[in-house]
Amino acid sequence: MNMIQALNNAHKVAMERDGDIVVYGEDAGYFGGVFRVTEGLQKQFGKTRVFDAPINEAGIVATAVGMAAYGLKPVIEIQFADYIYPGYDQIVSEVAKIRYRTAGEWAMPMVIRSPYGGGIFGGQTHSQSPESLFTHIAGLKTVIPSTPYDAKGLLIAAIEDPDPVIFFEPKRIYNGPFDGHHDKPVKPWAKHPASEVPEGHYTIPLGKAAVVREGADLTVLAYGTMVHVALAAVEENGIDAEVIDLRSLVPLDIETIEESVKKTGRCVVVHEAPRNTGFGAELTALVQERCFYHLEAPVERVTGWDTPYPHAYEWAYFPGPKRLKKALEKVMAD
Amino acid sequence: MRDKDNPKKANRPELRLHVPEPPFRPGDTPDFSSLKVPAAGSTPRPDIAVAAAEIEPLAKGLVRVLDDDGAAVGPWDPKLDADTLRKILRDMVTVRIFDDRMYRAQRQGKTSFYMKATGEEAIATATAAALDREDINFPTYRQQGLLVSRGYPLVEMMCQIYSNKGDKLRGRQLPIMYSSKEHGFFTISGNLGTQFPQAVGWAMASAIKGDSRIAVGWIGDGATAEGDFHAGMTFAAVYNAPAILCVVNNQWAISSFSGIAGAEKATFAQRGVGYGLPSLRVDGNDVLAVYSAVRWAADRARSNLGATLIEFFTYRAEGHSTSDDPTGYRPAGEAKAWPLGDPIERLKAHLLALGEWDEERHEAMRAECDAEVRAAQKEAEKMGVLPEQGRDNIESMFDDVYADVPWNLVEQRDQAVSEGRD
Ligand SMILES: Cc1ncc(C[n+]2csc(CCOP(=O)(O)OP(=O)(O)O)c2C)c(N)n1
Repeated sequence: MNMIQALNNAHKVAMERDGDIVVYGEDAGYFGGVFRVTEGLQKQFGKTRVFDAPINEAGIVATAVGMAAYGLKPVIEIQFADYIYPGYDQIVSEVAKIRYRTAGEWAMPMVIRSPYGGGIFGGQTHSQSPESLFTHIAGLKTVIPSTPYDAKGLLIAAIEDPDPVIFFEPKRIYNGPFDGHHDKPVKPWAKHPASEVPEGHYTIPLGKAAVVREGADLTVLAYGTMVHVALAAVEENGIDAEVIDLRSLVPLDIETIEESVKKTGRCVVVHEAPRNTGFGAELTALVQERCFYHLEAPVERVTGWDTPYPHAYEWAYFPGPKRLKKALEKVMAD
Repeated sequence: MRDKDNPKKANRPELRLHVPEPPFRPGDTPDFSSLKVPAAGSTPRPDIAVAAAEIEPLAKGLVRVLDDDGAAVGPWDPKLDADTLRKILRDMVTVRIFDDRMYRAQRQGKTSFYMKATGEEAIATATAAALDREDINFPTYRQQGLLVSRGYPLVEMMCQIYSNKGDKLRGRQLPIMYSSKEHGFFTISGNLGTQFPQAVGWAMASAIKGDSRIAVGWIGDGATAEGDFHAGMTFAAVYNAPAILCVVNNQWAISSFSGIAGAEKATFAQRGVGYGLPSLRVDGNDVLAVYSAVRWAADRARSNLGATLIEFFTYRAEGHSTSDDPTGYRPAGEAKAWPLGDPIERLKAHLLALGEWDEERHEAMRAECDAEVRAAQKEAEKMGVLPEQGRDNIESMFDDVYADVPWNLVEQRDQAVSEGRD
C-alpha cells in the first residue's frame, strides 16, 4: 500500500469498529478527497457518516466541535494545510481549550487531517509546513507519519485518542518515499518494507518515536518527508548516524531522543518548515537542556528558509541531502 | 450520560441529516429542463437608487438580454456599438485560445499547473468592458479575461505561468496567480475568498479619500461558504462602499456542486438582500447581460449609492484545474447540456444577426488571435519553462520578504547560494 491507501484503510478499520466516527471535508465525500484518502468511504458508510463540506474551514472545525460535544468522533479533512488558517481560531481557541476550561466536563475527541509540506511544485499556498503553529498550543496533539505502515497505525491511534489530534500528512511521500533528489523519479512505496500494511486493526502509540537507523556517532531528529531525506544523506555520507523518526511532535518521545543523543553526543535536527521558531528550535532547546554534558558539538538545525515558499525555487528552498550533508559534516568536525 | 445516548422519545420524529446531491452523477444523462430560465428581456431594470428589498425578485431571477436568435431584447439591453461587441468577442476568443495553449503547455511538462475559464469567458471580458480603466479588480483565479481585456501583454502572463526569467513575480507564485497594479489587477491568493473583503477595503479607502474609482471583488460559488464572503458584504453594507461584489456561480467547486455551498436553499444573489445590498442574478454566458449589470452596479457605486452583489450564473465547462478529472464526479456531457449555451457562440450569433460580422471575418479574427497567442508563447518560452527555473539567481529568493533583508535571511541567502554552487 502507498500512504494514501494506508490512510484510507485506517479510516475503514476505525469506522467499522466505531459507529460514532464521521468523516467530512471539502470534496471528501462522493469524490473521496482531492488526494483520494477518503475514497470509497461514502459508498461503504453512507452519506450521513461521510460527506462533502462547504468550503469553510472555520465551519468544518466548529461543527466538529459541536459533534464532539454531542459524543461523536469527527475526523475532518482540511484540503491543504495551507488552508487551515481560516479554521485556526476554532482550533486554537476552542478545540484545544475545551477540556481544560470545562474541567473535563466536555472533551474534544477529533482528528484534523491535512496534507502538508512541499516538493510538489505547489507554490506558496500548497506547500507550507505549519506544525509549529499547533505544537505551540496546549491541548492539541500533533502527529506526522513518514511511512504507510506508520500512517495507518498512527491514524487509528489518533482517532481512538480521547483528545484532539492534528494529523499532518506529508504529501510529497503520499505515493512513494523520497530521498531528496528531485531529479530522480519518486520510487513507489511498493518495494519499501513499510508498505507492508496489514489489513486489520493495529495502532502505533502517539508519543513513541522510531529509531529508523541505528548509529553511534550522531543523532538526526526528523519527521515526515525529512526522514527519507535524512536517511539518504546519512547513507551517502558514510557517517554512522542514528536517525530518529519522531512520528508525533506532541506528545514527544523525549526518552528516545535523550537516550540517543547521550549515546552519540551529537545532534542534527531537520524539518522543512522555516527555521525561525520552528519545531527544531524546541528540539534543540530540549537536547541542550537534557544532554548538555554529553554533547560534543552544538546542535545543528537544517530547515526551510525564513521566506514564503517560492514556486520556481522549490528545490533551493526544500532541505535536501546536500544541506543536510553540510550540517552533518559540521557537527562531526567540532 | 453522553448526549448521544439520550433515550428516544417514541412520540417524536427521528431527526435526519440532509446531505445535498447534484442532480446528475457519472453515468446519468444530464437534463436541465427543470432549470428555470426566464425569457431574455423579461426582467425589469430598476432605477439605480432602488432599495435592496424592493428588487428581491431580481436576486432569484436571471437578467438576460440575448435571446435564442441572437437578438438583444428588453430593458437591460446596453445598446453597445458594434466595435465594443467585436472587442469583447475578440477578448473571449483570445482567452479561450490562451487557455488551450497553456493547458497543453502544462501537459507537456512546461509548467506545473493551469486553470481554464472555458465557458465563463464572457464574465471577465464584459465586466472589463463595462468598468472604467482606472477601476480595480480583486480577482480570484478564473478572471484571466480581465487582464486580456485590459491589454496585459500575453507574454507577461505566460512568463508568470512558466515562472521563468521574464516572470515579474520572480518565480514566487503558482502559475495563473498574476498581479498587475498597472492593469488594476490585485495579486491572486490561493486562499479562497480573501480578496472579497479586501476589495471592499479598497473601495472604502477610495471613499475616504474622495476618489472616484470603484473596486470589484470576485469569488466563486464554492468559496461563498467562506466567512470572508460575509465579511465583505457586511463591511460593504455598513460603509456604503463603492464596490461591486461578483460571485461567479459556475455550478462546481472542484467535485462539489453548488448545493454544497447552499444553492439548494437560496441563490447566491439572494444572500446580498439580507445585508441590504441590491442583488442581481445574471446570465453569465450573455455578454450583454453581464455588461449591463456591471454598468448598473458601477453607476450605483459611483453615485454613492453603495455596493451591489451580482451572481453570474454560468457553467465550468472543463476540469477545475490540470490536477482535476471531472469525469469522476459529473457526467461527461454535462457542459454540452448546459442550457445557457456558449458565450462566444452567443455573441457571435448576435453580431451576425446585426449584420456586423460574418463567418470569414470570424475565422480571420480567430486565426489572428491564434497567431498572436502562438507568437507570445514562442517569445515567453525563449525565457525558459518551469523545469529549467530556480537554479540561477537563487539569492533573489530572499528579496521582498521584508523591505530590508534581516540578518537571518542574509545568512540563509549565503548558505543557499553556496549550496547552489556545489
Ligand atoms: C481557504 C481555501 N480552502 C480550500 C482551498 C482549495 N480549493 C481551491 S479551489 C477550490 C474550489 C473553489 O470553487 P469555487 O469557489 O466554486 O470556484 P471555481 O473553481 O468553481 O471557479 C478549493 C476547495 C483553497 N484554495 N482555499
